[in-house]
Amino acid sequence: MTKVNITLNGQAVQVESGKTVLEAAQAVGIDIPTFCHDPELSKAGACRMCVVEVAGARNLPASCTTPVTEGMVIETESDRVINARKSILKLTWAGHPQDCLTCEKTGSCKLQDYSYRYDVDGSPYKGEVKEIPLDDTNPFFFRDLNKCILCGKCVRKCHEVNGAGAIDFMYRGFGTKVTTAFDDAIEESSCVFCGMCVDICPVGALTPKQGLNQGRAWEADKVLTTCPYCGSGCTFYLHVRDDKIVGVTPNFEGPMDGHLCVKGRFGWDFVDSPDRLKTPLIKKDGEFVEATWEEAMDLIASKFEGVRAQFGADAIAGLSSARTTNEENYLFQKLLRSMGTNNVDHCARL
Amino acid sequence: MAGLATAFGSGAMTNTIGEIEDAKAILVIGSNTTENHPVIGYRIKRAVKKGAKLIVADPRYIELCDYADSYLQLKPGTNIALLNALAHVIIKEGLADEAFIKDRTENFAALKATVEKYTPEYAAEITGVPAEEIVKAARLYAEAEVASIFYTMGITQHTTGTNNVLAVANLAMLTGNMGKPSGGVNPLRGQNNVQGACDMGALPNVFTGYQKVTDDAARAKFAKAWGVELAGKDGLTVTDMLDAAGSKDVRAMYIMGENPYLSDPDSTHVQQCMGSLDFLVVQDMFMTETAEFADVVLPAVSWAEKEGTFVNTERRVQKVNPALKPRGNAKADWQILTQLATKLGFDWEYDCAEDIFKEIAALTPSYAGVTYDRLGVMGIHWPCPDEVHPGTPILHVDKFSRGLGHFSAVEHQDPAEVPDEQYPFILTTGRILYHYHTGTMTRRSEGLKQIHNEELMELNPLDAQALGVEECDTVKVSSRRGSVKSRLKVTDRVPPGVVFMTFHFKETAANILTNSESCPTAKIPELKVCAVNVEKA
Amino acid sequence: MEQRRILLCAGTGCISSGALKARDALLDELNKRGIADQFEIVSSGCHGFCEQGPLFVIHPEDIFYCRVQAEDIPELVEEYLINGRVVDRLLYMDPITNEHIKNHMEIGFYAKQNRRVLHNCGVIDPENIDEYLGSEGYVGLKNALHMEQVAIIDEMKKSGLRGRGGAGFPTGMKWDFTYKAKGKKKYIVCNADEGDPGAFMDRSVLEGDPHAVIEGMAIAAYAIGADEGYVYVRAEYPLAIKRLRLAITAANERGFLGNNILGTTFNFNLKIKEGAGAFVCGEETALLASIEGERGMPRPRPPFPANSGLWGKPTCLNNVETFANVPLIYRIGAEEYGKVGTERSKGTKVFALTGKINNTGLAEVPMGIPMREIIFDIGGGVQHGKKFKAVQIGGPSGGCLPEEQLDLPVDYDSLTAAGAMMGSGGLVVMDEDTCMVDLARYFLTFTQSESCGKCTPCREGTKRMLEILERITQGQGEPADIDALEELAESIKDSSLCGLGQTAPNPVLSTLRYFRHEYEEHIVEGKCRAGACSNLVTYHIDSENCIGCTVCAKNCPVNAITGERKQPHEIDQAACIKCGVCFEKCKFDAVKLK
Repeated sequence: MTKVNITLNGQAVQVESGKTVLEAAQAVGIDIPTFCHDPELSKAGACRMCVVEVAGARNLPASCTTPVTEGMVIETESDRVINARKSILKLTWAGHPQDCLTCEKTGSCKLQDYSYRYDVDGSPYKGEVKEIPLDDTNPFFFRDLNKCILCGKCVRKCHEVNGAGAIDFMYRGFGTKVTTAFDDAIEESSCVFCGMCVDICPVGALTPKQGLNQGRAWEADKVLTTCPYCGSGCTFYLHVRDDKIVGVTPNFEGPMDGHLCVKGRFGWDFVDSPDRLKTPLIKKDGEFVEATWEEAMDLIASKFEGVRAQFGADAIAGLSSARTTNEENYLFQKLLRSMGTNNVDHCARL
Repeated sequence: MAGLATAFGSGAMTNTIGEIEDAKAILVIGSNTTENHPVIGYRIKRAVKKGAKLIVADPRYIELCDYADSYLQLKPGTNIALLNALAHVIIKEGLADEAFIKDRTENFAALKATVEKYTPEYAAEITGVPAEEIVKAARLYAEAEVASIFYTMGITQHTTGTNNVLAVANLAMLTGNMGKPSGGVNPLRGQNNVQGACDMGALPNVFTGYQKVTDDAARAKFAKAWGVELAGKDGLTVTDMLDAAGSKDVRAMYIMGENPYLSDPDSTHVQQCMGSLDFLVVQDMFMTETAEFADVVLPAVSWAEKEGTFVNTERRVQKVNPALKPRGNAKADWQILTQLATKLGFDWEYDCAEDIFKEIAALTPSYAGVTYDRLGVMGIHWPCPDEVHPGTPILHVDKFSRGLGHFSAVEHQDPAEVPDEQYPFILTTGRILYHYHTGTMTRRSEGLKQIHNEELMELNPLDAQALGVEECDTVKVSSRRGSVKSRLKVTDRVPPGVVFMTFHFKETAANILTNSESCPTAKIPELKVCAVNVEKA
Repeated sequence: MEQRRILLCAGTGCISSGALKARDALLDELNKRGIADQFEIVSSGCHGFCEQGPLFVIHPEDIFYCRVQAEDIPELVEEYLINGRVVDRLLYMDPITNEHIKNHMEIGFYAKQNRRVLHNCGVIDPENIDEYLGSEGYVGLKNALHMEQVAIIDEMKKSGLRGRGGAGFPTGMKWDFTYKAKGKKKYIVCNADEGDPGAFMDRSVLEGDPHAVIEGMAIAAYAIGADEGYVYVRAEYPLAIKRLRLAITAANERGFLGNNILGTTFNFNLKIKEGAGAFVCGEETALLASIEGERGMPRPRPPFPANSGLWGKPTCLNNVETFANVPLIYRIGAEEYGKVGTERSKGTKVFALTGKINNTGLAEVPMGIPMREIIFDIGGGVQHGKKFKAVQIGGPSGGCLPEEQLDLPVDYDSLTAAGAMMGSGGLVVMDEDTCMVDLARYFLTFTQSESCGKCTPCREGTKRMLEILERITQGQGEPADIDALEELAESIKDSSLCGLGQTAPNPVLSTLRYFRHEYEEHIVEGKCRAGACSNLVTYHIDSENCIGCTVCAKNCPVNAITGERKQPHEIDQAACIKCGVCFEKCKFDAVKLK
């Protein structure tokens, strides 16, 4: 790979040619704000928050789409750049609901973060605000298009990663919105509820229903784990507060690049189903009766020992589980084999 | 799995998920990937967007068909005829990788002789796929710089399952698509830890890492480590176990986290067999249909309440971490097993899951280098023989696990049950996106239930017209083994003469209908084909 | 006996003013009189002088009849075609001398033009390839096919041709970039998505001389190594599409398109892609997205289309007029071509003259001609003798030039320096009744409703600029508004994604530059000097002119006018709703606007 020499905020830097200014900046720890950039998606250059000043350029180019060239001199936080960013924030606020106090996204909202960073407290522009009804009819997430800043990440994620292509831009000018074909509710579209749009929405336009009002983003513990459904092995973070799961966020650094499907993203609430078994049960006269672990274990041990003594070890058989952990499968076969039988299998065949 | 072990020496997915999008051609056969493995479906669709040619072979018009350059709508149970015909075209048109065949494989002559008669026209007769489409698909696959194959239960759940897999393996070796990035033969695992359960020896014939119970050295190693005597003959597979319960050869069973009543074929038979047991223990999170039969039910915690590891379909060992406290008095399966082992007088001392994992690594060469600390956010692909080994994303790179790749000459064979006057339809079963297996978890998820909460059997519009039924009508579906009632989805996703049901819904338990006839080698039942009758209820 | 040739204009403008009916009447009349075989009737493309349509030109004598309707035909046939007596009333009348003019080159509208790109428009039958061939058609292509690709590109560079679509990028450089771009598959795309309000140059060229565009594209394709091309034309141009389609078919049949063109190994297949008429699709990357079947939204550049364009392949885009210039360059050579125009703006430019101008139509002028000559000599000046106020050049991306800029030479660089731009060639003339704030509001309404919505500055910024302009024109402006407009304009220019966004504030900036006082009057004095902003207008009765006829009072819908008969009346300003009825009804010029 050939390298080019550039100057970033006065600092001489060598960068691989072909990298964008944004990537070059990130590599040396310079944070350039952006709403619409996602390393996995095609480059949109839409939000213009990441504009920078390049010596000799007429306009302020977007750093996310501008490749570095030899000798390029870049300022990422010049007055001109900051003014442009402030202007974008003010313009964004002009059409945006001012309800951060109750917005679910507070604390993990990029509009908030950047407004704080650039000291923008709302908008000087009076005028029309959006009044699009909330779409809350699907079971998994809210779509509040009044909060949408049209960064288009959800559209690209839906088309480029999922392939469902359920949403796209519609209408023009101030009336532009991201919606489904014929502007129907999301469940009438080709959406398969993978939730990846929700996970990359930088503002409160797409928010999960699960965990609503159950804590701010920073209040939850995030536990990295592996999905219990199919064999793809997606990993994600369970958000836990007060011993309850309040949400899931993808592991963008993991092997699946943060991709999820509806089951992993939204289908974890079985964990606290009222149907959960919470105590051992022993069947007596055809009815299950609650028992202690000690009672249950004694009974099982004596029965297995009895069968083995009377009919031999191969009269015992066990089905292990493709849903439990390696450690548990290991112990299961160890137990059966230790009792003297190889009658152990699981449902790999089903 | 037995098939791939025969051909390559290892039964696992040969390549990784991340490589998919750089394939130049992809053959998906018997896998409804976008519903059963959605995130892998995303990768396949992205590969197509990046220019890969996609060939889909499936009796149903699945979502991937929208992206396919070639769609082979074969009749259920005719995979070998199709795969042999693809091999026939590849050989005949000089598209085979002769150098690879010569250097890396054996028994090519037998394959060549056998596929000789599988002309596209001959296969068209059997499969219903037009001859020219077979030729086109063969060229797309064989002419690509690198091509991969994905399959799941549509290949394995047949009485010819092992032979189906061998025929798949033949194709990949024939074109030299083995041991290189974005190629390979990739069976997608249907459950979070099937790969791990197999790796861990939850199988009647092997210990961990596929060390055979019949191998004296292996047995001696485990006997010494465990401090017990070990039996030296293969045990019973799940279907045989249930039969043996029915015949009273098996008296007591321990079922951990499985629901064979809904998941296994011919439920009526399963029920009878389980009813014959003297003693049944079921360990689960919920009172499953199987647990209802138990003498003792043990409450296990969910995955979110325990620590351990899963192995995904691409052999990647990954961590499971506890997020919640155990609910009620429920315990982790490993704790229950340890407690029971102690009761039975075994000397087990495990304070945590990691203790167990260390024992596994010590006894399993392919896991020897894996430790909890090394798993991080990316996990490790086995084989990983030592603690500095980076893991093995791609198998069979310079040499097959068994040495030379083995071509197997396999012949088409009709399914165990073919439609007749009394049962004129073929029933094929599978899953849908919104539910998982027997629904134990997904049917307890409010959102998933709201999107989809009942069986909708797929029936072709022509058949619907002939039967005088419409969308959402209830029909009675019967086989030689029983009958169920189901509501209908009238759709040309299924061809005339074929109906499709899932096994997610206990109210419409498809496995009451299915046939327990199994592949003689892999013992996988023929869930993808049985003969049924459909009538207006 | 040699046939006489009657050229009737069958451009969209003349058709809408009745050209086809007149043609049918002519054919009927000639047949009725049994003299049809003495005449060759040719439906030509646009003659340019749309104001005077339908136009009939009769050769060999080259007499120019205008505003010929079907009912004029019997007289024209009897008097002129048979008896040779000129029908004066159908001739063009010079508005100043009131003289009838017979020959079109004597008409001011044509006299100062230099019709090079339009030389076939109005002269040949665009649906007949033989007429194009008879006018040295495809000679440029034949010449080019004997040249090396690099030589063709060098010749183009030497010609100094700059893109006629707006920004004026040197065509030779664009070809060179695409030629040098890596990749076997390359495309040529013709941008015929003419979207500026009031612009119809490209439509007229496509309607009048489609083969010139095809020939230009074929030369370009050969030069850069493309074998496939698209003409992206808006579906609102059905006639242009029809003629282009016929021309492509004919060119394929004659071997000017397709495989092995003119016996060489050069293949070039040309397709038409109809666009749905979004303004933004005139932006090259949005246009390419639209051809690919995506929503027409601009894509970031780089990569430039020359390296990664249509379906990621190197693509050279030029507009219709640019391609129409190409055959000429290879027919007469770059040197000869470059003799017209200025040092940095070579050749000619076609303008569509509209607005408050007498000679609405299409005019082709040499680069560097003073604006005044275009508007007054060719355009015939401002309608109804009103006072010239400004000319908008370059469409919604362009700017307004006031009277003091009228002697500005019309070339790329002078226009840009003056705060306007060449644009695609729309020239909208405004008179004293045009409010410049309202004009800016009009253009912002256009850009806001046509904004694709992709980037924040354009989508949100033009919305807020528009709202400010609306408030000013409604009399609710505040002193800080001008600063806010300038601030927004700068930020939109600086940070928008595509050229359309970056130039969207130009109408505001140029009106602020030259007509700032009008903004200030609106805001500070609540006054619109043009009387166009109804909220700012007040009606008063001039007591000297008022004779007390009471007509105004009787017609006032809200009884706001009072006064004794034969006495001057008065308007109650509090009650007045500014409907303007009194102004219209007064016959004594007593109702005044303030």
